Amino acid sequence: MDHQNWQPTTDKRMLEARAALLGQIRRFFQDRQVLEVDTPILSTAAGTDLALDPLLTTLQGSGSKPQSCYLQTSPEFAMKRLLASGSGPIYQLAKSFRNGEAGKKHNPEFTMLEWYRPGYSLSQLMDEVEELTSLLLGLDKAERLTYSELFLRHLGIDPLASSLAALKQLARAKLEVSFDSDDPDQWLDLLFSHCIEPKLQTPVFIIQYPPSQAALAKLAENEQGQLVALRFELVAQGMELANGYDELTDPKEQRQRFERDLSVRHSAGLAQYPLDENFIAALAHGLPDCAGVAMGVDRLLMLKTGSNTIREVISFPADIA
Amino acid sequence: MATYSTSEFKSGLKIMLDGDPCSIIENEFVKPGKGQAFNRVKIRNLINGRVLERTFKSGESLEGADVQETDMEYLYADGEFWHFMKTDGSFEQVAADKSAVEGALNWMKEQDIYTIISWNESPISVAPANFVELEVTDTDPGLKGDTAQGGTKPATLSTGAQVKVPLFIEIGDILRIDTRTGEYQNRVKQ
Repeated sequence: MDHQNWQPTTDKRMLEARAALLGQIRRFFQDRQVLEVDTPILSTAAGTDLALDPLLTTLQGSGSKPQSCYLQTSPEFAMKRLLASGSGPIYQLAKSFRNGEAGKKHNPEFTMLEWYRPGYSLSQLMDEVEELTSLLLGLDKAERLTYSELFLRHLGIDPLASSLAALKQLARAKLEVSFDSDDPDQWLDLLFSHCIEPKLQTPVFIIQYPPSQAALAKLAENEQGQLVALRFELVAQGMELANGYDELTDPKEQRQRFERDLSVRHSAGLAQYPLDENFIAALAHGLPDCAGVAMGVDRLLMLKTGSNTIREVISFPADIA
Repeated sequence: MATYSTSEFKSGLKIMLDGDPCSIIENEFVKPGKGQAFNRVKIRNLINGRVLERTFKSGESLEGADVQETDMEYLYADGEFWHFMKTDGSFEQVAADKSAVEGALNWMKEQDIYTIISWNESPISVAPANFVELEVTDTDPGLKGDTAQGGTKPATLSTGAQVKVPLFIEIGDILRIDTRTGEYQNRVKQ
């Protein structure tokens, strides 16, 4: 066995920068009376999200036969159970895991900052995100642009009104791709990640996502009468930093979305995961209207320290962990 | 031949693409947080040397290319072929044509060791070491004592390659060059 890789990829300065960043985040929320919480990383249920692949392990000693368990892809479900139980505003710095995600901006294990604000609108939450990124990174105020506006500006098409054929044709004119797909969202994801995101250097909040990309966000009509997801993402220096929702609180719709995901997973030959019935029960009890957001702490640190890769800010990236 | 999934793609992996053996130069994982994951891959076609960029859906796989990489010593060129000899003591020689050596021509020096990539037993590509040492055959006169950083001037090397060098470099100096970037590293001998 070769053990030449025992050393961290970070130097002392980077360890200090991370400690300082975490300290600033904790003070920011303490000053605002947002409570720090610490929920389990391991759960018997997992999200059904088509694009997320949780890590599987086996749990013993919980009073039953050994059972399959998943490492969280985000602390969302547990935090919403706290909110439904009356916790009030909460935040968490949580290790999260996404299998297969490794690259310049991804490590399969990463640190997520997630917080929830009962009674906040999406716009109020974006204001707070801006105050935090201004404090941590000195980022300017972010322009707020709809998903459609960005496509129109950079690619000249309206994603909410374009046919599958038109999206395919545009993607193939712009990029050499190896695959075909009948899912319009895959072409939108391709165009967005290759042709739009890299151009967003100054901070931008992307708002009004297509309803098919709502995930756990509420849907509503925009000013043009189009159905959109009440979701935002913050992008700066070509990198996604945060993803926020006006949180879906309706347990029936939540169950339908999970079941729809699972049926798509089934037909695509992807793994099936047990529905988080505890989470749905919490919604049925009553999740207060709230807005919530998740931010990648490692990426914040990349911007803070001018690092080009996530390896430079994580002490032991997955391949040497 | 083995197949390789996008998560195994890395620089230097040899794969088959559109019927030709290719080498992966760079593999970038691209994923909108809540969306489809892609691998944006820069690939060199080992037959014609062309570089292309192609995007795969993460999880797709490609067949490996059955290519051999052998270190060989460069002997001489005869105008049509470049001749190399195995370093394993067998004295076995191979001849590479212009399209195979093209990418290495700026850095070819007799008796240096090169990596020869063969497919179906014929050389298709020649790669120099990451660093080579070459003599300066032409450059403007050096400024004596000027070892300060900042200024550069062009210099021609024994292979005909042009590189930017610091002002103090003179004709006859031996320079260490990074063949991946074509950049001057340092002076080895005056």
